Amino acid sequence: MRDHGTFLLNGERHEIRDMSPTTTLLNYLREDQKLTGTKEGCAEGDCGACTVVVSELVDGAVQHRAVNACIQFLPMLEGKSVTTVERLRGPGGTLHPCQQALVDTHGSQCGFCTPGFAMSLFAAYEDRQGKGLDRDTANDVLAGNLCRCTGYGPIITAAETMGDLPAPQWGEDRAARELRALEALCHTDTVKVASTDQQFFAPATLGEFAELFAEFPDATIVAGATDVGLWVTKRHMHLKTIIYTGRVQGFAHIAVSDNTLTIGAGATYSDAIQTLAEHFPDLGELVRRIGSTQVRNAGTIGGNIANGSPIGDCPPALIALNATLVLRTGDAQRRIPLEDFFVDYGVQDRKPGEFVEAIEVPLLENPDQFRCYKLTKRFDQDISAVCGCFHVTVDDGQVSSARIAYGGMAATPKRASAVEAALVGKAWTMETCEAALSKFSEDFSPMTDMRASSDYRMRSAQNLLIKYFVEGTEPLSTTRLVGRGSTIAGGANHA
Amino acid sequence: MLDIPAAKSTETIAGAVHSDHRHDSGHKHVSGEAIYVDDIPTPDNCLNIYIAMSTHAHAKVTHMDVSAVRHAPGVAVVLTATDVPGENDVSPVNGDDPVFADGEVLCVGQSLFAVAADTIQQARAAATLATITYEDLPAYITIDEAMEAGSLLEEPYTMARGDAASAIDGAAHSLSGRFYLGGQEHFYLEGQAALAIPGEDDDVLVYSSTQHPSEVQHTVGKVLGIPNNAVTVEIRRMGGGFGGKETSGNLPAAAAALVAKKTNRPAKVCYDRDDDMVITGKRHDFRIDYRVGYDDDGGITGIEYDQAARCGMSYDLSMAICDRAMFHADNTYYLPHVRITSYRCLTHTVSSCAFRGFGGPQGMVAMERVIDEIAHTLGKDPLDVRRVNYYAAADEESIRNVTPYHMTVEDCVIDEIVQELTASSSYTARRSEIREWNKGSPIIKRGLALSPVKFGISFTTSFLNQAGALVHIYHDGSIHLNHGGTEMGQGLFVKVAQVAAEVFQVDIDRVKITATNTAKVPNTSATAASSGSDMNGMATLNACETIKQRLMEFAASQHQVSVDDIEFLPGRVRVGAEEIPFNKLVHDAYMARISLSATGFYATPKIHWDRASASGRPFYYFAYGAAVTEVAIDTLTGENRILRVDILHDVGQSLNPVIDLGQIEGGYVQGAGWLTTEELWWDDEGHLKTHAPSTYKIPACSDRAPDMRIGLWEKGRNREDTIYRSKAVGEPPLMLGISAFLALSDAVASVADYKTYPALHAPATPECILMAVERLKGGSS
Ligand SMILES: Cc1cc2nc3c(=O)[nH]c(=O)nc-3n(C[C@@H](O)[C@@H](O)[C@H](O)COP(=O)(O)OP(=O)(O)OC[C@H]3O[C@@H](n4cnc5c(N)ncnc54)[C@H](O)[C@@H]3O)c2cc1C
Ligand code: FES
Ligand code: FES
Repeated sequence: MRDHGTFLLNGERHEIRDMSPTTTLLNYLREDQKLTGTKEGCAEGDCGACTVVVSELVDGAVQHRAVNACIQFLPMLEGKSVTTVERLRGPGGTLHPCQQALVDTHGSQCGFCTPGFAMSLFAAYEDRQGKGLDRDTANDVLAGNLCRCTGYGPIITAAETMGDLPAPQWGEDRAARELRALEALCHTDTVKVASTDQQFFAPATLGEFAELFAEFPDATIVAGATDVGLWVTKRHMHLKTIIYTGRVQGFAHIAVSDNTLTIGAGATYSDAIQTLAEHFPDLGELVRRIGSTQVRNAGTIGGNIANGSPIGDCPPALIALNATLVLRTGDAQRRIPLEDFFVDYGVQDRKPGEFVEAIEVPLLENPDQFRCYKLTKRFDQDISAVCGCFHVTVDDGQVSSARIAYGGMAATPKRASAVEAALVGKAWTMETCEAALSKFSEDFSPMTDMRASSDYRMRSAQNLLIKYFVEGTEPLSTTRLVGRGSTIAGGANHA
Repeated sequence: MLDIPAAKSTETIAGAVHSDHRHDSGHKHVSGEAIYVDDIPTPDNCLNIYIAMSTHAHAKVTHMDVSAVRHAPGVAVVLTATDVPGENDVSPVNGDDPVFADGEVLCVGQSLFAVAADTIQQARAAATLATITYEDLPAYITIDEAMEAGSLLEEPYTMARGDAASAIDGAAHSLSGRFYLGGQEHFYLEGQAALAIPGEDDDVLVYSSTQHPSEVQHTVGKVLGIPNNAVTVEIRRMGGGFGGKETSGNLPAAAAALVAKKTNRPAKVCYDRDDDMVITGKRHDFRIDYRVGYDDDGGITGIEYDQAARCGMSYDLSMAICDRAMFHADNTYYLPHVRITSYRCLTHTVSSCAFRGFGGPQGMVAMERVIDEIAHTLGKDPLDVRRVNYYAAADEESIRNVTPYHMTVEDCVIDEIVQELTASSSYTARRSEIREWNKGSPIIKRGLALSPVKFGISFTTSFLNQAGALVHIYHDGSIHLNHGGTEMGQGLFVKVAQVAAEVFQVDIDRVKITATNTAKVPNTSATAASSGSDMNGMATLNACETIKQRLMEFAASQHQVSVDDIEFLPGRVRVGAEEIPFNKLVHDAYMARISLSATGFYATPKIHWDRASASGRPFYYFAYGAAVTEVAIDTLTGENRILRVDILHDVGQSLNPVIDLGQIEGGYVQGAGWLTTEELWWDDEGHLKTHAPSTYKIPACSDRAPDMRIGLWEKGRNREDTIYRSKAVGEPPLMLGISAFLALSDAVASVADYKTYPALHAPATPECILMAVERLKGGSS
């Protein structure tokens, strides 16, 4: 076991030891390293002012991803390379194309959001070998960067045009050095970073992970920290023992076999989105609207489930898909239907020392029968007021099965059992759906909060059933304002 | 001697007025080099301050014990009301905003005490160790509660002309209603921040993220009990302001200065986002009752407004803000008989404060909504009703040009602008196309609306309309520019530098832009009321002209030519037949002992205001613009989005068109956000539950209309003698966003075949829209 962490910051090796392991990357940059180009705008992953690029080796190649430095704990960067805005320019101060494009298009006013935008654009630039972005891609890449001044137009233009500028001369050389340096950081030891009253473990194998968790059953598991990070930055909790899943080999595994899609608990949204979209197009669309690029680059589906929130988006979708949760204690595995995992508000069926290993989702014969709807005040990067997910199968015009689950309607993600019962065996018609609307009050009595009133939740949840029915025969262009299938804004929307 | 190269003798200078010139800090923004208050390198002994806040809306603080806080690790000092050597007040006007609450708290989020520790984590943790006992008192959270209880800051204030009540009673048609309009969080990306460095004697230097350095200076002096001349306040740039840094910077600056002087260590306050949103004020939310009489064409014959505003627990700038809501209750329309009464509600919520538009937008939304409703009842295109009611055009002989506050509108160009915009946006054709389209689209409905803007430019508190500048030319020919305006992203600094470059005919990079500093230019007003470039541009012009005059007189005497025969050309000066490089003339003047430094001053002419009679000329001129917005809504969920926006806006002869376009686009998006996704939500106990971006939703990238066409009005020219005939642009475009709200209303109206008026409240969240759709569907079936 190593008693310190190691990562690269702007090409230089940094060792972390004897410090609070819940120090955020942002605080390390700004306070320890005096790298003040990276800004704090919210400390909760919502504004993007703190965006940095984290690079790591994936199958021998370097993958670059924008993340929110404000909710990354420093030791999570073990073996990775962090690039901040200070590092974008070339020798002699030449601006990187993503920076130059922002200057040329007047993409900054007060400039406080700008380093974050530059970093998001930089990650996208690296990802796409120096190409500019089309508008929809730009919207997705920048959904996690808020700007209060510009109205975004010039920034979108910068995203579109950055590929037209000469590629940076210094890019290849830096990339080669980064690859070598990352290779040099590879190891399979468990890393421990500790201060007087906190400890952080980053094991590299599932066996060691399971062992550690058995030894410290009260430890907090951290995957992407898009929830846990906020416990520290917002609720100011003092976490004593943390076990990190991010280095565990095989934990982010995604595979399809025997008509089942298995998602390792450590798979991030970004790891999974393509496969999900292939097998369940609407789940792909739902995940596109979870958080932002930065959040999806860090956050995991396993974490979304384990967190147990009634307003997480994956649980209702996966419940409607009849997913199975694979739990593990030491070497022992346990499989339960996902819906049974959510017992009550804040209570899940998880024993001490037990963790989420994977999620198994049966593939669908007709994936288009599965639909998800996420209702929010703002389309991008907003937590659902209501999330409704539907899978109704129809044989000979009769409903043969119905799995309908909602988030935001109860203390847990929850199936609409009474509604389902009112559908099954009936003719699949608008009349049947309308008749089932009255059953919602048997299933749910939603609450009022800052996201929506109880009335709205109820009414919109009912209407989603109608929408689902309509979408059975009508094209999505007639029912959707954004995303998959929508054409209202000119047709380009994520077709 | 001359280190910098002589200015090039090209035919035009870089950065002349009226030219596109990028933001002076653009390259520093993108590289992270631009320094904000929290980025200023501090010595290791710098203290970090946490401000502990009230958790009760209205209560007696019967007991507060901070001794455990004092003894917590890392804590250097804890300050409460009794530790304030001067006045315990950070209010801008009325003496009613204590630095630290003393015995009674008036809102959740009111500051109780400050903890200074080595790290902010220590300070925050220590603050939780205080024991505080509250005894709750009755609290009014909402406008309805305050109005019900008669809880007002002052007597209702009325502006009136004619006999509105009789005009309405005698009109062919009349209608009335009540409209609730939410507030708005500024959400400047950079939170409030102040860093105080103690000096000798009483001196203290405060770096403050403020739009109003002079007031921070004054406040720090007042709180410390020291004269203003001991306090220096400096700000290079803010990470956004929007009015939210006009007065809200006083508390953090005062707290930082108190700690710095108490401990003789540098001290810093940087609110984190949640604290910032709880502790600082927001745009006033309003409840507006209206009653209007009109003729068959929709011509308004009389109108009455009762505007009730939630001012929060103290005055702050609410008087002037509520006045401005009244000043803009007419928008672009002549109101023959009118009464506007304003109720300034005292509530137990954070004191509402300035926000881009300063009350004007609230008054204006109500007017535009009334026009829409009139059109609706008459089955007319709202645009026709708008046109019938416009103020008389600038050169038209008409009595229809007097405002409810008895000012004559001399420069109305709204009809021209709207006509151009209707044509360029194909408003009429699209309106019918959309109505047709809606018939075939049961779930998604589209809507379209046009709204005009007329916005009065000047501080309505007349004495504030003054500005100063300080210009030096060093003997190497480089120029140092300073003025009282602050840079919050709006491009003020580059615009004013353009003025200096223009006067001296040198490239703009010769002009050094410097941080606003109260030691250089004293007694300044806030950079607010859109007046930044109007006033600081003029003051700078004045300073530059003074130096230029001296240079000309010097050259004239040295070369024995008349002053009239001297001309500043790009990079050089023609003196009679001879051309002398600018640098050389400057150096020669220096050698001849000519002063190359000057102050400049400007006081806006023509304005006056008599509050008692509610009459006068509060505004130097008006800025105009109009927008057409197309939206789509989902009638099953209330979700909605903006599809296309067309804007034509009058900035006079723009000082810098690209900067102005940026203000217009940003203003529109912010205005549309205010009226759609941005919802502030308090619980019954007065706790703001939307205090971070996770719950308070400003527009994100994809909310921007995919099709946005913004034009500066080519004919625009300020009739008044403003800086190079430009017009102010900071606030007016925000109100272009009203068209988005009206377009949503239009889309909702389609579900009942345009027969029932949707009467949307703002913000028009998905919930608000769905409920309106359901209401209309219920009514029509
Ligand atoms: C800005 C922002 C926007 C967001 N938007 C959305 C959204 O739109 N929709 C949505 O659903 N969510 C949203 N989230 C929350 C979402 O990102 C998280 O729920 C995420 O999926 C959790 O994954 P993580 O890897 O970050 O988990 P962590 O934060 O690391 O952990 C979350 C919880 O899961 C536990 N945990 C993690 N892995 C395991 C495991 N293998 N076994 C047992 N327990 C485990 C942790 O102990 C913790 O209790 C948002 C978050 C942020 C910051
Ligand atoms: S500071 Fe806002 S996302 Fe990190
Ligand atoms: S430029 Fe000010 S927040 Fe983006």
